[in-house]
Amino acid sequence: MSEELGFGLLALALVGVPAVRVVTCRDLVRAILWLAATLLGTAVLYALLHAPFLAGVQVLTYVGGVVTLMVFGVMVTRKHEATAFTIDGAARLRGALAALAFFVVVAVAILRTDLSSLTPVEPPSTQELAFSLLDRYLLAFEVASVLLLAAIVSAVVLARRRDPAPAAAQEAATLREGSTP
Amino acid sequence: MTLRALLLVATALFSLGIYGLLTRRQAVALLLSIEVMVNAANLVFVAFARYGSAPGHPLVLFALAITVAEVAVGLALVLLLYRRHGDTLLELASEAKG
Repeated sequence: MSEELGFGLLALALVGVPAVRVVTCRDLVRAILWLAATLLGTAVLYALLHAPFLAGVQVLTYVGGVVTLMVFGVMVTRKHEATAFTIDGAARLRGALAALAFFVVVAVAILRTDLSSLTPVEPPSTQELAFSLLDRYLLAFEVASVLLLAAIVSAVVLARRRDPAPAAAQEAATLREGSTP
Repeated sequence: MTLRALLLVATALFSLGIYGLLTRRQAVALLLSIEVMVNAANLVFVAFARYGSAPGHPLVLFALAITVAEVAVGLALVLLLYRRHGDTLLELASEAKG
């Protein structure tokens, strides 16, 4: 029991505290950095759960890729004057009540379920995981690759500037003139 | 037995994501909340792979790929919203109906 409590407190400190800051921080860049902390804490939990490959992938793709992408997304679109990032008090209270209700329902379900039949087993090694990806889950693997391709293409198509703004074009022209006097 | 503690932590993480989803006005902040919720689900997958010999690890890898795709398209939409309205507040996107 004390082991369970200690592990729960460790996990809560690793992922719960940064996650609270993610949803309450007013500054978006700071919220993204707290999200990076949450994802790193989850990677630590993966390593503790005998999933070192997933921990590495988590750090590489989430912290290295997704967080960087989001920081760029915020910095490109940020307004510099202070905006209200969260809604007013009453609506915030409703959101907190909904989240709390979800937590209570699921937590009661977890606490009332008998989990004692589930004993720790050694999860598949990285080699077994790789073989299963190219054998049993080959179709899902290929579908995921097509999905990623479609996502990249659609992101480019969506974000492409169809009519370059005159101001931006003029700025580029003056930059070109400045560089070649 | 730490499975119960893990499940409770993942539930807390998911609830925090719901709270952020319901209270944030910024489009990017919504993406952050969704990331937190996906993370909670992945944590449950890995926990059951350790404690119930469920095939959780391939699922986590596929969930990761889907999340990356979602973030790419979501940020492109945020960029589009910013170009059209000059800000990324979500109530500006009220013409996206259906």
